[in-house]
Amino acid sequence: MSFLSYLINGISLGSVYAIIALGYTMVYGIAKMLNFAHGDVIMVGGYAAFTLMMTYSTNPLIAVLGAIVICTVLGITIERVAYRPLRGAASPLAVLITAIGVSYFLQNAVLLIFGSNPKSFQSVVGVPDLKLAGGALMITGETIVTIISCIVIMTVLTLFINKTKPGQAMLAVSEDKGAAQLMGININGTIALTFAIGSGLAAVAGVLLCSAYPSLTPYTGAMPGIKAFVAAVFGGIGSIPGAMVGGILLGVIEILGKAYISSQLADAIVFAVLIVVLLVKPTGLFGKMVQEKV
Amino acid sequence: MKKFSKVISAVTAAAMIAGSMSMMASAEDTFKIGGIGPMTGAASVYGMAVMNAAQIAVDEINEAGGVNGFQLEFNPQDDEHDAEKSVNAYNTLKDWGMQMLLGTVTSAPCIAVSAEAANDNMFLLTPSGSAVDCITAGDNLFRVCFADPDQGTASAKYIGENGLAEKVAAIYDSSDVYSSGIYATFKAEAENQPFEIVAESAFTADSKTDFSAQIQAAKDAGAELVYMPFYYNEASIVFTQAASMDYSPLWFGVDGMDGILSVEGFDTSLAEGVMLLTPFSADAEDDLTKNFVAKYQEQFGEIPNQFAADAYDGIYIMKAALEQCGATPDMDASAISDAMKAAMTEITVDGLTGAGMTWNAEGEPTKSPKAVVIENGAYKGM
Repeated sequence: MSFLSYLINGISLGSVYAIIALGYTMVYGIAKMLNFAHGDVIMVGGYAAFTLMMTYSTNPLIAVLGAIVICTVLGITIERVAYRPLRGAASPLAVLITAIGVSYFLQNAVLLIFGSNPKSFQSVVGVPDLKLAGGALMITGETIVTIISCIVIMTVLTLFINKTKPGQAMLAVSEDKGAAQLMGININGTIALTFAIGSGLAAVAGVLLCSAYPSLTPYTGAMPGIKAFVAAVFGGIGSIPGAMVGGILLGVIEILGKAYISSQLADAIVFAVLIVVLLVKPTGLFGKMVQEKV
Repeated sequence: MKKFSKVISAVTAAAMIAGSMSMMASAEDTFKIGGIGPMTGAASVYGMAVMNAAQIAVDEINEAGGVNGFQLEFNPQDDEHDAEKSVNAYNTLKDWGMQMLLGTVTSAPCIAVSAEAANDNMFLLTPSGSAVDCITAGDNLFRVCFADPDQGTASAKYIGENGLAEKVAAIYDSSDVYSSGIYATFKAEAENQPFEIVAESAFTADSKTDFSAQIQAAKDAGAELVYMPFYYNEASIVFTQAASMDYSPLWFGVDGMDGILSVEGFDTSLAEGVMLLTPFSADAEDDLTKNFVAKYQEQFGEIPNQFAADAYDGIYIMKAALEQCGATPDMDASAISDAMKAAMTEITVDGLTGAGMTWNAEGEPTKSPKAVVIENGAYKGM
């Protein structure tokens, strides 16, 4: 029975990683850049929802929508100001370093505005907890909502990319930027749209992360962001179902590792599994092998 | 017009000369106190509390006529809770002419800076560096707060002597010298006490968002009391998760738990019945505490935590020591240090964090921890 509770806790943690990883993998898949500031956009989403709920006492649903709007605008701004000017830079490292810079900028800007005291986030989830086996097993409302949102977002994203015109444009840009531009696709617009969607997802992830783990500080997004990045690599970066599977597996491994091996070595175990997976399958679980043409 | 500009430049020059003279003068008749602590970064809540409260104390003392007739000047520096940056901040302060140091705030940087301060014979009083090694490098190092081992031992004794539980679980942060230091002494003292540690689990700085596995382990072991020697930020998550897992043992924390009630948005009913050992509670009824809390709230809009109280006491302890030895600002840092370290063992200070505090030659304070319990959303003495 306690194994089952650990498993459920693992899925619960994993579903949060998964929803963050979706944003990571989407931006990487299309813009081919690692947006290390993604975790911090999540944190901004958490603060936005927190402020709307606590200061303006809006309805939680409106607060979530407000957070999505704020993060979307933030995402587009970051892309326009910090990433677009560097897209033509000689080394792809330039954008990566800038992303790290943006990450620190967001952390310190929030530190300046909201201070360093942790805020406790009130859950926005109204779904009651699910009790199984006479109360011995418990699935929290937050877990249920996170998993459902994760599946919905995954499905909608897949449909969007494969069935709509802007989605097809994204695919084209991810395959070959130069050729896509020759075909009349607005590259800057498409990448901006990618960031807009990715950051909107980050707001949802932020609200769900803080609902499940209620402490909100300017550094809340950093570690889950890195873990979600690992989850995305684990699942095969660029693959949308891969992000979901990778996230949940990562959460389960982490909790079972904590429970049965050592609570201190949990992270070491997670990363060791990652290394093994990448040794056996270098593109991750769902990754596509891309032939480098010389 | 030309004449007018000449007049202006003459006035400006005169003002500049007067200004530099007054600066020189102020260097001779103020005591220069440096402060080091994390004012940005993850631990900034502690550093800011210390710097804010120290400034309040300095302003109070200056208004009341200073120390031995001289004013105090306080210069806070940021170390981001990083040992290397802390030493840099220490060197910056030395260039500024620091004569004594209130700091550093957090343990790990304090250990690095205390080695430098011992070398230079710079008087160091850490308000909140509670690791043992913060003040072992020399005889000019003192602290305001309890050392970690004292807290662990005191907690175990308190739980045992009051028969709070027979089965105890412990969760601690193995990546933090504060938390693991307290837990080590708690565990050692637990052997002499009539309770048993049935589950112990740790977490690290990188995995402190999810505690479900640790809570589940405590629940499965049937623990009636969970000992949690770590900070309130993580504790607020533990309480929320435990509630969602239908687990409600007695919770027992240490001074880092102080602050749990001021977490914005936290459902304080979850902390109902939590016990903690702390030297300071902002709800105490004495005039000293009331005056300090009111001033702090007015200036900074927050209820001060225990770090703020430690720092406020720290400045007054320096004042007491300076008065005891009759030091003057024209003495150099080393001479002041020699005079103050002798004076420290002779003074008795009544402060926010304890009445009748005294110090031994090793720099450790003697004061008794208070156990408080959270009832109806407020701290209550036990």
